[in-house]
Amino acid sequence: MTIPFYVAPEQLVRDKADFARKGIARGRSIVAIEYNQGVLLLAENPSTALKKISEVYDHIAFAGVGRYNEFETLRKAGIRQADLMGYLYSREDVKAQALATNFSEALGAIFSREPKPYEVEVLVVEAGDPNRMFRISYDGTLNDERKVAAIGGKAEALVEALRSAWREDLTLEEALAAGQAAFQQAEGRPSEGWEAAVLDRANGRRAFRRLQL
Amino acid sequence: MTPGPRLPLLFDVPAPGSSFIDLLATLGYPVLPTIAAESRPLQAPEGTTVLALRYAEGVVMAGDRQATEGNLVAHRHIRKVFPADQFSAVAIAGTAGLAIEMVRLFQVELEHYEKIEGHRLSVEGKAAFLARLVRNQLAMAFQGLVVVPLFAGFDEALGTGRLYTYDVVGGRYEENEFGSTGSGARLAKSYLRTAFRPDLSADDAVAVAVGALVAAAQEDTATGGPDLRRGILPNVLVISASGVEELADDRIRPAAEIAVDTIR
Repeated sequence: MTIPFYVAPEQLVRDKADFARKGIARGRSIVAIEYNQGVLLLAENPSTALKKISEVYDHIAFAGVGRYNEFETLRKAGIRQADLMGYLYSREDVKAQALATNFSEALGAIFSREPKPYEVEVLVVEAGDPNRMFRISYDGTLNDERKVAAIGGKAEALVEALRSAWREDLTLEEALAAGQAAFQQAEGRPSEGWEAAVLDRANGRRAFRRLQL
Repeated sequence: MTPGPRLPLLFDVPAPGSSFIDLLATLGYPVLPTIAAESRPLQAPEGTTVLALRYAEGVVMAGDRQATEGNLVAHRHIRKVFPADQFSAVAIAGTAGLAIEMVRLFQVELEHYEKIEGHRLSVEGKAAFLARLVRNQLAMAFQGLVVVPLFAGFDEALGTGRLYTYDVVGGRYEENEFGSTGSGARLAKSYLRTAFRPDLSADDAVAVAVGALVAAAQEDTATGGPDLRRGILPNVLVISASGVEELADDRIRPAAEIAVDTIR
């Protein structure tokens, strides 16, 4: 006969959270910076094939850190949801907030129901007036960010560095320089490769563009 | 009935891959209407003549603006030529309501694939997918609700424009020179046969395209020629290495005026 053993829910949640945080901390971080024409997303990423930043819809982008297969699943689900909403209703009915709350619900459900939580943190960003930036954590916690946002192990240090550099009406070049400097400061070493993309209001309907750095 | 919008997040979708219409099917949305076997043919507005021709740097695609219902004019301003994505365009003839929905689905499919996979479909891949959409329509075609598109894209790998015509069962044919579909297609093709040259400039190709539409409108009453008094001009798209460009009316009007003035 097997003896059922009891684990306190507090213990269970703490263990899962510790596990997820450790997984996320191993990965490299991503920042989002509002500038005068939209939002810049900047990641440290040595791979030129595997992307962490992606277009989701006309003015919406996604970025994820942590386990690749897990944030990739979320990315594709986000694109599916956005394209479905836009097709059934109208393109203007697709909003970052709806995507963010869905990611939040999905990650929250996975965290409480599944034996292993997702080791990811994601950003959903929308260029508009005003811009929107939502940060969603492994347990479904949803944060609404302004001006700058960061995900990943070095998120706090990056946000701190960026807050002091950020001001109204940054140009793209200035935002990029500030982002790269913040990474340098937070990581304390030179970058091993950049992945960068913008949601720029000047780009028309599909605002997403990758930048070659 | 269409079910409410279920959100395809994570759990409720088995593995829809990178195709949008497969996603719709997986979620149980009827992609195209089905009809009872004994239902009688309907009459619905029909789009008439569209055409495309290759020129030195790509493809020019044009369509008149009229939709007819029997011998009546249903719409004077309808659009039958659409950008499909950054480097391709689609034109439609036949039952307007079904055709426009087919174009919308095609546009979403191309963008969906591009975002999921991180790169665009090849021109050949896009053309093959459009054939599948036409073939899905076959049951409706038997009821007289026919949709026959034209497809043109700039092949980024080969560096040339490419052009495809279709038939009602989804047959797909690559054309080296020009193609046309709709009620005035034969008349338009007769004109194109004499006016076409492989080395046309973009401006000359636009003039030829507009000329062919004007020629078709002379004998096919369903095709609407340029209506200069009302300011109704054909839609013209130019597909080249720099993408799909929709020409403004002031670039089409001179060609339309010449074609209308010189036609016998």
